Amino acid sequence: MLKDMMPHVELFQPTDVDNALALMGRFGSDGWALAGGHDSLAWFKDRGKRPSALIDLAGISELLGIRETSDGIEIGAMTTLTEIELHPMIREKFALLADAARHVASPQIRNSGTLGGNVCQDTRCWYYRLGVGCYRAGGNTCYADTPEAMNREHCLFGADRCVAVTPSDTAPALVALDATMVIRNGQGEREVKAEDFFMRPGIDITRMTVLNPADLLTTIRIPNTWAGAHFYFEKVADRNTWDFALVSVAAAMKVSGDRIQDARIACGGVECVPKRLTGVEKLLKGALLNDETADAAGAAATRGAKPLNYNHFKIPLMENLVKRAVRSA
Amino acid sequence: MTDVRPAGVDLPGAAVHPRPHADDPFDAALLMLEGRRNVSRREFIKGVIASGVAVSGATYFGAACTGLAPAPLGGGVERLISLNVNGQVRRVDVLPGETLAMTLRYKLGLTGTKLGCDRGECGACTVLIDDVAQYSCSTLTHRVRGQEITTVEGLETPSGELHPVQQAFIDELGPQCGFCTPGQVMSAVALLKANPDPTREEARAAMAGNLCRCGAYDHYLNGIMRAAREA
Repeated sequence: MLKDMMPHVELFQPTDVDNALALMGRFGSDGWALAGGHDSLAWFKDRGKRPSALIDLAGISELLGIRETSDGIEIGAMTTLTEIELHPMIREKFALLADAARHVASPQIRNSGTLGGNVCQDTRCWYYRLGVGCYRAGGNTCYADTPEAMNREHCLFGADRCVAVTPSDTAPALVALDATMVIRNGQGEREVKAEDFFMRPGIDITRMTVLNPADLLTTIRIPNTWAGAHFYFEKVADRNTWDFALVSVAAAMKVSGDRIQDARIACGGVECVPKRLTGVEKLLKGALLNDETADAAGAAATRGAKPLNYNHFKIPLMENLVKRAVRSA
Repeated sequence: MTDVRPAGVDLPGAAVHPRPHADDPFDAALLMLEGRRNVSRREFIKGVIASGVAVSGATYFGAACTGLAPAPLGGGVERLISLNVNGQVRRVDVLPGETLAMTLRYKLGLTGTKLGCDRGECGACTVLIDDVAQYSCSTLTHRVRGQEITTVEGLETPSGELHPVQQAFIDELGPQCGFCTPGQVMSAVALLKANPDPTREEARAAMAGNLCRCGAYDHYLNGIMRAAREA
């Protein structure tokens, strides 16, 4: 099979959201909304996905830019990761997101990769990307969860036939910042909390987000709730460039004196969705800021983890990342 | 006598017997395909490889040039577009799904831009789009209409003088095999346009999206620091 060329596809370049939505409605599941294109083009070249029409979102100015609102900021879904990383207001108020954006892939990918694309990208389970007929691809097997499977990148939590993990670095940061995703389709607009935006395999195994084929993620809103809090982001991957997180942690903490007033923490790379650590958050609320608290937080973070054959290492890794996040406060 | 073929010998050059046997099903098929009985298996395999290369090469180039496209769905992009490449406006026929790397190399003849992985995982295809480094293998050509594209061919002055980054890379022995060099040059040029006086750490971070299989990373970094000093 020819795997090094783009297959034939029709391309549409609408200049406003309404036209993009009309095209998405017209083509349904044969259409493909194209953001930065780094996940998408690889799928097309590998013949893993075969849409007949690409709807290029790059020319839609409504989807660009970072604006201050009365209760926070809003970011157009097509804003590049480089712009987010360097934006003074984001660095000042929501440095967690700027930090997460800085850890995505490589400089060139961040120059054209977008925030919307980063949170909507498909999982990187390499059996699935190989084009095998696994559960996620509509089949009836998981190739990653067998005694011989190479599954060191796969999940610790929430396995339901599929054991793939969320690849996004910005997604845990958006969950920790309590962001809201604004979604539009032909019928109108709706808002979904970042925490509920990502799809668990038990609900729909073939999708990574709540987006339907006719839905478009237009804006990401971040409330001022955590503006200027203490933030910690760390990503551990095989290489510092390109590679997806084995485990990442994004934490927002409000500290006063020697006590943690409030905290919101999410991890990437351990579940199909960014894993919010509500147990750890409860434990941290009002706790003294010391090593015992950090150790307890680390231990609480991995409670209930069910490792696969080759990913036991993710348990101490996740524990240590959460510990470090707490110690950094 | 039965022909005993050890497992795994069906590789080119590993033939057990020099002449095909008509009573061997594999050989019989070869003979039938070939239409004659006096050809050696080695010749046949060489023939298959040669014609296979010709066929796949034609697909590679042919698909980039003409594209056996089905009837358009209507309302899509116009194929004939103008591109601003290295300061020149060039008219070119671009398929809807064509990547910039394919257009530059196979339509415009700008083969200085290399295709390494074609997946945005190596950096060999790096070009500047409005002075920002991007992977041309992962950029649709139709997306950069109206933007300024700079490739490695566009860096030297009209009198043929190399760009300071190119000269510094030569002086610091950056290129070893040279395949990643055009991409390294473009990333370095983009860095120095945005930050003319980078620290070594800043330069390292900016060059992180370019692989060098020869491992000459420090040479390239020395080159960037030299270019920044001498500019």
